[in-house]
Order: sequence, then structure tokens, then C-alpha cells
Amino acid sequence: MKCQRCKKNPATVHLTDIVKNEKYEKHLCDECAREENVTFKSHTPINELLASFVMQQSGAQELAELQCDQCGITFVEFRNNGLLGCPADYDVFEEALVPLLQRAHGEEATHHVGKTPKGRSDDAGKQRRELIRLRRELNEAVEREDYETAASLRDTIRTLELS
Amino acid sequence: MNIDDLAKRAGEWLSGTGPMSDIVISSRIRLARNVAGFPFLGKATEGQRAELQRMLREHIEQLGLPDPTFYVDIEDTGELDRRVLVERHLISRQQAEGVGSRGVAISSRETLALMVNEEDHLRIQDLRSGLQLDELWQEISRVDDMLGSRLDYAFHNRYGYLTACPTNVGTGIRVSVMLHLPALRMTGEMERVIRAARDMRLAIRGLYGEGTEATGDFYQVSNQTTLGRSEEEIIDDFKHIVIPKIIDYEKQARQLLTQEKAVILDDKIWRAYGLLSTARALSTDEALALLSHLRMGIHLGRIDRLGMDMVNELFVLTQPAHLQKLRGADLDGEARSAARAEYVRRRLGGEN
Repeated sequence: MKCQRCKKNPATVHLTDIVKNEKYEKHLCDECAREENVTFKSHTPINELLASFVMQQSGAQELAELQCDQCGITFVEFRNNGLLGCPADYDVFEEALVPLLQRAHGEEATHHVGKTPKGRSDDAGKQRRELIRLRRELNEAVEREDYETAASLRDTIRTLELS
Repeated sequence: MNIDDLAKRAGEWLSGTGPMSDIVISSRIRLARNVAGFPFLGKATEGQRAELQRMLREHIEQLGLPDPTFYVDIEDTGELDRRVLVERHLISRQQAEGVGSRGVAISSRETLALMVNEEDHLRIQDLRSGLQLDELWQEISRVDDMLGSRLDYAFHNRYGYLTACPTNVGTGIRVSVMLHLPALRMTGEMERVIRAARDMRLAIRGLYGEGTEATGDFYQVSNQTTLGRSEEEIIDDFKHIVIPKIIDYEKQARQLLTQEKAVILDDKIWRAYGLLSTARALSTDEALALLSHLRMGIHLGRIDRLGMDMVNELFVLTQPAHLQKLRGADLDGEARSAARAEYVRRRLGGEN
């Protein structure tokens, strides 16, 4: 099949869109796709999984209203772009994620099996929790435009990071 | 070391030197990692992205790796150079075309590439020619441990390494093996291989990953399961089951062609040689498809006047961005096709 736009090169990018119940197909070569700013959505599979999954779920409404109080992402937002907002989301959305993970990774995929981060001593853990706290305070200081506090927090963070 | 130096030759992964390199072009392992205490990138402010880049870059540079890395700040890099990195598989398209603070640390042999602020805070990639999964895993896991002892990775006791997209959570590992399967394509058996791979929860894609078709008979096989199976189990599947089986199929198909369809096979190979050494305009895809037949012809001993190194090198040097780097000029589609044809003619030694 030839590219619909330049009618020269073979079409390598195939798009289907549904607008008002009408199906549109587009077949382009790489170059024309780039010129028309067609970007490759890398998350189609999980989006499809999410859409079909959420549709089937009873209590979907309750899920949709879930929101993470750390990064502010809602379940609907996650469903729409396939990406989570912060590490805490794995706990906040756990109920919805467990069956989703099993669909994406297989029925036996309930727990991590494999390597774990090295060198997690208690001291290091303490220091890391301290860093997380300091970074949160830094963000808050920047938000309230308290640059003096922010600067001193930033220096403390850098010293800790490299120690 | 900089991008101009890189663009003059093919990277290590296209050197065609590793084990099984007649069929296995390259092996790659990448690990997705995030730093605790920061949101994932979709929810990070530009300030946080810049902070992540500064911190990750500093730690990477302090590792003192035996093969030293150089850092490319993507925001300060022109579009052509970004595309050179994509064509060399050192960064993803997403990384090239994204916005905000981001970069990549590349080892001088181009085997290691550490992408900062792509979809996850850090993506460590190790890429080598031929089938070398054990060597890759040894090296990448060591680099991961070194960084993990300096940084606080986002890690969950139940879900493992936490990633922005739940399809990568757990080990965060993606094992990809790039295969050259011209005979299976010619005998029409590729569909069967693709179906079998899908049954094993493996993805099969084209040369440039997600969303691309298999041009030049190159297929990239990668795992999709990252949770519930260890890195070694995932790698062992590739090493002992998936890859040997596909190699075996391709070898059988090649044998069938040489025994029963020798004329058709030689015709394809020599036509490819004829076109490449005389054409006045070549598109990227056409060049890839013809070079693919030439590569198979050399491996099967049907054509002996060409070096494998040169043909391997042409696969990347005829890509649009590399070609423009070689020419030192921005060229539009038509001028590129002409420049590509001229360059290939010259390298094949045909002056006619």
C-alpha cells in the first residue's frame, strides 16, 4: 500500500480513528507521518486493557473518584494516559491495579520476584527518609516563594546526597 | 567523544561480531528505575525534572565505570543529532521528541546508555552485537547495584521496582533480541513465529521498536511480563527456548531455499546487489530491504565480493539522520534519496 499523502513511499504507519461513529483510516509513510506530527502512542496496550477492564468493573464509579493525596492524580487521569503519578499510587489504586497487573503480566503475577536494591542499611534508610522529607519541604518553600528557606534546604539536600 | 564522532561509524551492536551474529543482530537489556521521594515524570514540575537530571548525572559520572560515559543534554542538542541517537538505538523516539530537562549518558563503546527523564527517571540500557544476554545481565546488574547503593530507588516489597507505567513494574526489565529473518519472511512462515511468540507473552516489533513495522526483515523480540518472574527466569527463556527455536526455524528456511529455490534465492540476492550498485535514488526502506537480502547472501556464501562489516555499517549509515551527518547538510526527501544511492554505490565499489 502506498502512502496516502505523498503517494510515493510505502505506507508504514496505519491509523484508525472513530469520529462521531464514522471510522477513518489513514495510511502514511514514516516521513509523512513525521511531517503530520503523528506520534506513536506507546501505551496503547495498557490503555486498551484499562478501558476494557474499567468498563467491566462494577463499582467503576467509586474507582473513578479515587485520588492520590501525594501527587494529586485521579484514577480517571491514570486510565486516560496509562501512566501513574507517583510511587504511592501503587497503594492508593491497589484494588484496581491488582487485576490489571495480572492481565498485563499473567495470572501468577501477584508479587515481585527478583533482585532488590543493594546496600539498604538502616542508617542509609534513615538518611533517605530524611531526604524525602527535605525535598517535600523544599517544594513547599518554593511554592510559597520562601526562597531563603528553599536555598538552605537545597544546600542541606546536596550535602546529604553526596555523603 | 561527541555525536559527530559516533555518526561516522556503526556502533558496537552493528559490528556483526557477537555469537550467532548471522541471525542475531543484537541483544539488549534495559532496566526501568525511579528515585523515591519524587513524583513520576508525568506529575513532576520542571524544577523537579532539572533536580533529577542534575542528581542522576552527578551519580552516573561519579561511578567511575571502566568504559567512561559522556553526557548528552537533550535540550541543548539539535534535532539532527537527536535523530542520530535514535537511529543508533541510544535513546528512544520519546526521549528525542519530549519536553523538559532530560539527557543520556553514553559509554564510549556505546554499549551502555543511561537515559535520564524518559518515561521513568532512569532507564539503564546495555546493548551488544550478537547473542550475549549473560554478559549484558552481569554488566547492567552491576551498574544498577552501584547506582542503587547511592540512590534511593522507588521500591515496594510486594510490587518491586515501581515504574510510571504498570506494564514495567516488578523487575523493570525489558530483554530485547533483534533478529534478521529474511528466509522466514520469504517462505511466508513469519506469521507462525509471531503467533507462537505472542502465546509466550512476547512482543515482536520492527527495527525501531513500538509502532514500527519490520523493515529489512529485522524483528525485535521482547518480554512483556515484568512482575512475578525473576530477571534470570526471563533471560533463560530467551536463551534456552525462544531464540534457539527461532534461529532453528530461520536456518531450516535458509536451507530449504538453497536446496529447492536456489535460482529464486540467488536472483533476489543479485538483484539487490545490482540495484544497490546502480540505483540513482534509494528510500530508507528500500535500502534496508535490499541490504537485508545482501546480508543473507553473504552469510549463505552466495556472494563473496563484499565484506560483512561494510554491509552492517550501511544499515545505520543510510538512515536519514546519519546520511545528513555524513553529508554535513540538511537534505529534503528527494535529495536524501539521491545522496543515499550515491553513498551506497560508492561503498559497494560500483562507479557505473
